[in-house]
This record gives sequence, structure tokens and C-alpha cells, in this order.
Amino acid sequence: MEHIVIIGNGIAGVTAARHIRKLSNKKITIVSVETDYFFSRTALMYVYMGHMKFEHTQPYENAFWRKNNINLVRAKAETIDTQNKKIHVKGRPTKFYNKNIHIPPVDGEWISYDKLVIATGSKPNKFGWPGQDLEGVQGLYSKQDLDLLEKNAPNNDRCKRAVIVGGGLIGIELAEMLRTRDIPVTVLVRESSFWNGVLPNGDSHMINEHIREHHIDLRLNASLKEIVSDGNGKVKSVILEETGEEIPCNVVGLTAGVTPNIDFLKGSGIELGRGVKVNRFLETNLEDVYAIGDCAEQQEAIGHRKPVEAVWYTGRMMGEVLAQTLCGKRMEYRPGHWFNSAKFLDIEYQTYGWVFPERKKTDSEIHFHWRHPQEKICITVAFEKDSETFLGINTFGIRMRHEVLDRWLTEKRNMDHVMAHLADANFDPEFYKGFESEIISKYNADFGKSITLKKKSLIRIFQ
Amino acid sequence: MNSQTHNPSMALTGEPPKSLSTGQKMATLLGMVGLGILLLAVFNVNFPNQTLWLIVSLSAISIGTLWFSWDAYAQKLPGIKNDGVWFKSISSRGFWAWVVGLALTGFYIVLYFYPEYLGLVSGGENRGVIALFDPLSKLLSGNPASQWFVYGTLYTVAILIFGAKFLWKYRHSRYQRLRTFSVMFFQLAFAFTIPELMARLNGHKILDGGSLPYYDLKNVWPLNYYNFESYRIKGFLSSGDIGLALLIFGILSIFVITPILTYKYGKRWYCSWVCGCGALAETAGDSFRQLSDKSTFAWKVERWVVHSVVVFVTLMTTAVVYSYLGTDTSKYWLTKSTFLIGVAVLLTLVFGWAMLFKRDQLQKDAQYGAIGYFVIIMALIGFHFFSGEGQVFLFKSETLRKSYSFLIGSIFSGVIGTGFYPIFGSRVWCRFGCPMAAILGFQQRLFSRFRITTNGGQCISCGNCSTYCEMGIDVRAYAQKGENIVRASCVGCGICSAVCPRGVLKLENGPLKGRIDSNQVLLGNDVDLMALVNQK
Repeated sequence: MEHIVIIGNGIAGVTAARHIRKLSNKKITIVSVETDYFFSRTALMYVYMGHMKFEHTQPYENAFWRKNNINLVRAKAETIDTQNKKIHVKGRPTKFYNKNIHIPPVDGEWISYDKLVIATGSKPNKFGWPGQDLEGVQGLYSKQDLDLLEKNAPNNDRCKRAVIVGGGLIGIELAEMLRTRDIPVTVLVRESSFWNGVLPNGDSHMINEHIREHHIDLRLNASLKEIVSDGNGKVKSVILEETGEEIPCNVVGLTAGVTPNIDFLKGSGIELGRGVKVNRFLETNLEDVYAIGDCAEQQEAIGHRKPVEAVWYTGRMMGEVLAQTLCGKRMEYRPGHWFNSAKFLDIEYQTYGWVFPERKKTDSEIHFHWRHPQEKICITVAFEKDSETFLGINTFGIRMRHEVLDRWLTEKRNMDHVMAHLADANFDPEFYKGFESEIISKYNADFGKSITLKKKSLIRIFQ
Repeated sequence: MNSQTHNPSMALTGEPPKSLSTGQKMATLLGMVGLGILLLAVFNVNFPNQTLWLIVSLSAISIGTLWFSWDAYAQKLPGIKNDGVWFKSISSRGFWAWVVGLALTGFYIVLYFYPEYLGLVSGGENRGVIALFDPLSKLLSGNPASQWFVYGTLYTVAILIFGAKFLWKYRHSRYQRLRTFSVMFFQLAFAFTIPELMARLNGHKILDGGSLPYYDLKNVWPLNYYNFESYRIKGFLSSGDIGLALLIFGILSIFVITPILTYKYGKRWYCSWVCGCGALAETAGDSFRQLSDKSTFAWKVERWVVHSVVVFVTLMTTAVVYSYLGTDTSKYWLTKSTFLIGVAVLLTLVFGWAMLFKRDQLQKDAQYGAIGYFVIIMALIGFHFFSGEGQVFLFKSETLRKSYSFLIGSIFSGVIGTGFYPIFGSRVWCRFGCPMAAILGFQQRLFSRFRITTNGGQCISCGNCSTYCEMGIDVRAYAQKGENIVRASCVGCGICSAVCPRGVLKLENGPLKGRIDSNQVLLGNDVDLMALVNQK
């Protein structure tokens, strides 16, 4: 029986395992050093905030793995012998016996594989800042990072202030987490506005306002020069590059992006770039070795997508595709239309298709922006200048229906059609006030149109 | 072990987010004073001016709760307010949860079985806490208070003040606001005020001098399991056209009105918009919704227990109605045997329809269960016809009625259902015990436009939806597969949709076609792969 070994029990590796099991009775082993069972990484913040316990972030009951005959190994993959097709894994001392988990000895053991899937995810970026390894400096990615945060910032007595370096999705999550324990937070954003490498100005400015509304000290155009030690190996303060200002703090959160977690692969013969280099079939340069999820780097980018995509959904999709290949139906990774979502404190964000920020978009991409006069609600729609083809949409505080927008992108609908049928795409809970008519009157005014809103139609939605 | 990162503390206060502000502490104190007055009355402290002390007590409880909620939520930006839920002892099965659970359980035991300790004196002047409520009862119905009046008043007050708390907490959601106004209204008007006013009419000429039974109009059989008992039927029939209309309404409620509404909107129209049990669970029970058991084992127990209750209540009601019907068709068209044949025909029709057209949508054990129950009931009815007159089936109808009333009506719905809120969550009764919920759930699963739609491929498996589902549905298990949630037990409270950080879930009514659709590969991936893998 063919043995498939998957390193990493995140969404990519676990999705691959589940689909392989659905398609075959191959032997499957998942190796993880991080946790016993698969959990939702994106939900770690809710554990610190007290919305959930860690167990709640685990999507499957503990018995699921045994029931589906998926072997779990709690160990660190140290080296890969690609010649003899085996990996060396090291366990750790433990007194616990868990029938669902195999823990190898501390000095390690070899596991042979027929096919190897690397799905080791990412690690937080560190850019060589002075003091970046002091106690109290940390990222927020793994379960271990969460435990560390509980130690570093249990309350606002032990942590008088936290400084977060980097204004991305994880940075804002970390700020929200710390604020639930009334810890004063400063966020350093190198750019002139929050996440404006991704969001157009209108959207980005509204998020700036919302961050400040939550009493978070948001510093724009501010970057980190160094982290200062208190003399005992702990963080005392940070110093800003631009102004030289020193901000006293006990915790520094490094959230300036992530990078593939592939150091252990050096010297294995597997071709590495920023991540593990893969072709469109998610195959590495070596036969029977594959890489999926955050750690995979496409040799050639797909559409507007980046070569390394550290996103939950892409990890899942690569797992879905690779399972087909491993079970005899060799398939290319060809993701559909781009989509993503996030939550900035109280504001939900969804995006479908491509909406580029001002500094990245071409002249032929035109934006239509509408913002609610009082509430923190806005949308930005991108379309092609001449043909008026719909390219993508960002919504903040309005939920949209994935299926309808995906269909419009496939059908290359023009902007007038999208605007007129906007009510079909709304996914807000029932009885919510819709803003379609306000949005359309602004669209008509901005572009000299006279579109009228079509009433929501169940027949069109559920076609 | 990678279990929890925080220990629930015994203290009522502590570090943020579990600490209480000064305002919240004072509000708690005020509420406790109000409860203290009631407790003193229980111990027969004689209050000279009952009206005044009742007002003081209820006001202190209400203002305390409202003040606490205002301080906790109204001061913050609108949004999800679950910070520290699993750190606070009251909402994470800590010390205070057990204190409150035991106190509530004790209260229910006294209420159901020892009302004399509350001061109930039959045929004489009430004492204790019941006497304190006499003035209010006399104002409404003209009669002195009973333990049920005291309970009803406190129940209604709880729904109103915790309803206000809920409204502040979820003020960003119009669905939650409207739903909460609805349960508050139905409790205050239909469950509390109208029946008391109806009691005032008893003996009045518009009732032809008849005497209506206490009737909460929104309380439908089988939740209202005693609705067709002999004394109530006599009451209805003695009260002229109004009485007859109410009786017909009671029958139409279960056989016509509820199926139509459930078809159109799902069982939520009742369970989380109208029902009094639901109202208490959604308001006073909101802090405990996360405690429901999400395991597949609990789901299995739920299916067997709640459907057994349906069988029990059907048998019991059939036996009770049977026991007071006559045998002579010339006296009254409905006789013992016509009635039993009618019941058998109705059950056969429902069972036959489900097995013929909806078999595929039932779980394997549901099919076996349905067949089992059906055979049992039919056997009992057949047995009756062969064994002749006397008692119905094998049991005395009175024994059956009494055990149902004790086991289900008192112990399950009250003592366990509400008393154990802080331990098992707020919907234990609705999930495991309520026969009404089971019947509506059957309709919802098999024949309803309602579903919770999963938004394409947007789920990140975070688990907020499952954690905050009061019915213990593992919502995430469906959402992460891109599958709509169509579950018999879903009461449509909408909290899963509210707490979802990615806008994945939407409660809606739509066409039956494609309502239940599971995808192996989710929207967003290669369209060819999706077509290949998702074909069924």
C-alpha cells in the first residue's frame, strides 16, 4: 500500500489528507510539531479574547482521525533523505499516552514514504532589527505564539503597552486581541495609510478611522529602528526610524508579513526559492515530492496572484487539487476567481475579483467608491475603462454572495449590469437595510449614467 | 497539554475582560437587593405594604439588570461582544455558574412540588412571597396570586430585562433586534396579560356565563400537552362562540397553521420569534448558549430522546381524549373508536408520505426509529381493538398523563431545562425534550423553504458558529464543506450568522430545489475540478 506522508497539519495538508482518504485507501501519515490535532489558525485570536477555548478551534472531533485511518505523528521533521525516500522526525519527552497520536522518541526515528507532501506553512518575518530576539518580542502565527502571548501579555499590569510592527491583517488582529484586556496598543505602519499596499485609499482611510475609534494608537509613516533591551534580556522600549521617538513597552508584536517555513529543507535537494518551488501540478523538482499551501512557491505566477500565497483558501484549494493528482488523476492547480475576506475589529471585509490600490493599478482600471455618510460602511468596485467590464469589488460592512459575484466575473458582466443587480449579490442577514439605491445614485452621478436598481430575484440568485 | 490557556477564576471580578466596572458592581448590588426582598418574603418576613415592596423589589431587579447591560454594552462600539466569555466563571461553568444553577434548580423544585414554602395557601389568605404578588394578580385577573402567577411574572420580567440586554448587545443586527422585540411582545401580551384578562371574563355574559381555561394562545399542543384534557374541553365548550373558536384555533394551530408557517419560514417563526421557552433561552439564557454539547454523540442522544417524547405525548394525549369520549354516535359524532381510527389514519398518512417521498433525506437511525415508533403505535391501537373496552392501550390514561406531566412537564422543561442553563446551555429543553420543536423540526428538515446558506468558499473553519450555537449544531462542519445547514433542530436564532467573522452564513427562505447541497470541492477552485468532483 502506498504511503503518503504529509508534513504539516494545517488547512493545506489536512485538506489533502481528507480528499486522499475519500478517493483511496492509501496509508496516510500527517507529521506536525505544532499541535496534536488540526486547528483553525485564523481562530487563534478568539482564544486569547475568550470567545472560544482552544478545543473549539479544532474542526474535527479527536476520534475523526482514527475513524478515517489517518495517522497522526507529533514530531519535528528534521531532515529529508530524498534518495532513500524517508524523513527523520524527532519527538519530545511526554508522559501522556494518546491512542490517536504517535510520538516518536526524542532522538528521532525514520519514516519512509512513497509520496511526500510538504505543507509546513509560514513563519513571521523578521528583518534583522536590533533587539528582535529579546524576550517579549514575538509574532502571531502558531499555537506556540499564542501561548507565548498569554505569558508576555496576560494583563495590563504585566504589559503596560504593546507596540505592533506592521499594519497588515495579523497586526490589526493582534491589536484587537490586546485591547480586549485593556492593554494600550501602538501600531507602527510604514505606509501612509493602513494596508494601502492592498486597499484603495477610500477603503484604507475608513479603516484608519475605525482603528483609532477603538483607542488604538495608529502611527502612519512610522517604521521600527530598534528594540531596546532593559539590560536583562527583556524589551524596554522601541525607537522609531523617522522621528527617533522612544516608546516604552513590554511586548513587541512583529506582524510585518510571513515567509515560508522551509529552513529544514536546505540541503535536501529540493529546489527552494522564497518557498518550495513547484510547477502548476504542485510538483517539486524531485519526483514524488510535492508542496502545497503557504510554503509553496509557484515557478510562474497564476494570473494576478502572487507566487507565494499565504491565504487560508489557497491552501485549501491546493490540497483539493493535489489529492486528485496523488490518487491517479494528475491535475493542474488552476484556482478560480480571486476572493478573500477579513475582519478589521468590527468591520467585515470581503473581496471578489481584483481591486488594486492606487499605487499598483493601471490606468485602464477605474474605481467607483461609495461610503456611507455616518456608518463605517463602504464599497469600491473596479472596472475596465473602455469596455466597462467588471473586474472586482471590495465591500466593508456589507456581506456579498460569493456565488453571484463569481458568476458575474466568469460571465465578464459589465459595470451597468453589476450595479443594476447589486441587490442579488447582497448577503447581509434578513431585515438589514440595503444601501443599493444610495450606491447606484452615486454611480449614476459619478459616471453620468441612469441605471435603475432591479429588485432582488430569488430566481436569478438560485439559478 | 494544549488545552486552555486560561483558568476560569472563582472571583466575580478580575482582570479585563472578565472584570466588572464600578457601575456593573453597583448594578449587581442593586439587583441583589431586589432578589433579597423576594427571598425575605419567602422566609415570611411580613411586609406591611405589599404593593410598595413588590414595586421596590421588581424595580431594583429590573434597574440593576438594565444598568449592568447598559454599562457593559451601550458604552462600546456596535459589534460582537463575546470578549472573556470563556474566562468568566458564570459563563464557563465556573463557581458562579454552579451557584446559579443550583439556586435555579432549587427554585423549580419548590415551585413545582412544594409551593406551600412559597406561601401558597389554598382556600385561605396567601403568605410569603406569593402574598407579595396578590395586589398585582388582583389588578389583572381579580383573583389572588398563585405560585404560577409569581412564576409567570418573574418569567416575563426576566424576558423583558434580559431582552433589553440582548438588544444592546446585538444592536448592530436588525434581525436580532426585531426577533427580540417579537419574543418580548409575545411573552408580555400573549403569555402574561391576555390569559389574565381572559380569566376576568369568566362567568361573563359574552362567554354565556362559561369559564375559559387559562389559555396562552401561542402555546400550541404538544408543547401545551394538556390542551385537550377533559376539563379544558368542558371549559371551552361551556363558553359560547368564543370558547368554541378557541378550541378550533387550538386544533388548527398544530394541524394547519404551524405546517404552513414552517414551510414558509422554518421553525424559527415559532421557536425563536414567538415561543416563551425560546424567549427565555434567547434573553436570560443568552450568556449560556456556548455551553451546549456539540459532539456527534450528543446529537444522537438528542434525536432519540426528543422523538421518544413526541411518541410519549401522542400516546398520552390520545389516551386522555379517548378516556372521556363516549361510544354512542347518536349522542356525539366523535366516539372512542372513530377517534382512534382517525389517529391511526393520520399517523399512517404522515409516516407513509415521509417514507415514500423523503426517505433519502433521513438519517439511517431516523428511518429505523420512525419505523419502530410507527409499529409500536399501530400495535397499541390494534391491541386495543382486540382487547375490548376498559383502559386504553395497556395503560390507564390518567397514569400516562400524570407521568408525562411529572417527567416532561416539570422535571425536563423546568428543573433540567431552565435550572441547568449555566451548566448545559440555554436550549436543553428545546433540543432534547420539546415535542413541539421535534414536530416542527421534522417539517423543517423535510418540507420547508428555510435553510442557512453557506457563502461559497469563504469559511475559515474558525468555529465561532458552532461554539455559539445554542442547539449544539456543529455549524462549521457544514460551512467548511460549502454545504447549506438544513437541520431539524435549528431554531433560526441567527447567532451563527452574527458571530461569523467572514460573512459566511445567511438564514433565508428560498426554493426547495438545491436546498441541501454538499460540495466536495468548494467555490473558488478550478471549475473543471469542481464539476468533476461535485457531480452526484
